[in-house]
Amino acid sequence: MSSARYSRSGRVRPQGSGFELAVWYLMRLTGLGLFVLVLSHYLILRVLYDPAEQTASWIAEIRWSSTFWRAFDWLMLTLVLFHAFMGMRVVVSDYISGRARTIALSLLYLLAIALFAMGSMVVFTLDNVVPRA
Amino acid sequence: MMVRYRGGEGMLAWAFHRISGVAIFAFLVLHVIDIFLVGAAPDVYNTLLTFYATPVGIVMEWLLGAAVLYHGLNGLRIVVMDFWPPLTRYHRQLWYLVWLLFLLIGIPVTTVIFGAFVRSLGL
Repeated sequence: MSSARYSRSGRVRPQGSGFELAVWYLMRLTGLGLFVLVLSHYLILRVLYDPAEQTASWIAEIRWSSTFWRAFDWLMLTLVLFHAFMGMRVVVSDYISGRARTIALSLLYLLAIALFAMGSMVVFTLDNVVPRA
Repeated sequence: MMVRYRGGEGMLAWAFHRISGVAIFAFLVLHVIDIFLVGAAPDVYNTLLTFYATPVGIVMEWLLGAAVLYHGLNGLRIVVMDFWPPLTRYHRQLWYLVWLLFLLIGIPVTTVIFGAFVRSLGL
C-alpha cells in the first residue's frame, strides 16, 4: 500500500519508535492543546476585550493577579514553543542542507531556549504592582 | 515546495499550512519578547501597544487571527487523517470543511474587530 510513503496529510509518521516518532506524536498532541489555548487566547484578548487597554500595569495588576491565568499562559508558552520550533525544524531541514542546516538549527534551538527563559521569567516573577510607566 | 504534491487541494492545504505556520512563528517571537518587556521595560511595551492599535497594527492582528484559525483547523484535518487513515480518501472534502468553518468563525470575528475599530474613529 502506497499510503506509507505518500500522505495527503502532514509529515508521514516516522518508522520505528525513536525520537522522531515521539516528536511526531507530540506535534499532534501540542497542536490539539494549542487549538483550544491559542484560539481562546485570541478570542478573549483580541476580540472580546479591547487590546488597547492591555497596558503593562493592566497585565501586572489585573490579568496576572490570577494564578489561573499565569498557569494558562505558561502552559501555552511551553506548548507553543515546542510546536513552533519543532515545526520550524522541519521547514529548515526541507530547504537547507549540510553545514548551513546545522548552523540554522543550532540558532533555532538557542532562540527557543532564550524565549522559554524570557517568557517563564516574566510569567513567574512579574510583581502584581509595577511602577506606572 | 513543489516536490511532494502534484498540485490540487492537497498541495494548497499543505502550502497554506506551512506559510501560516512560519508567519505565526514570526509573530510568536515578537510576542514573547513584547510580553517579556512588560517586566523588563514597561514603557517600551506600552509604546509597542500603541503601534498594535494603529490601522496597520489592527490589519496585521486580523491577518494573524486568520493564519492561526486556518493553521488550527487544517491541523485538526491533519490529525484526523493521521489517526484515521481511511479518511485520507476524503482529504479534499475535509479541506472544504476547513474553509467552511474558517468562514463561519472568521466572518463574525472580522465584523467585531473592524466594527470596534470603526466605532473608535467616531464614524
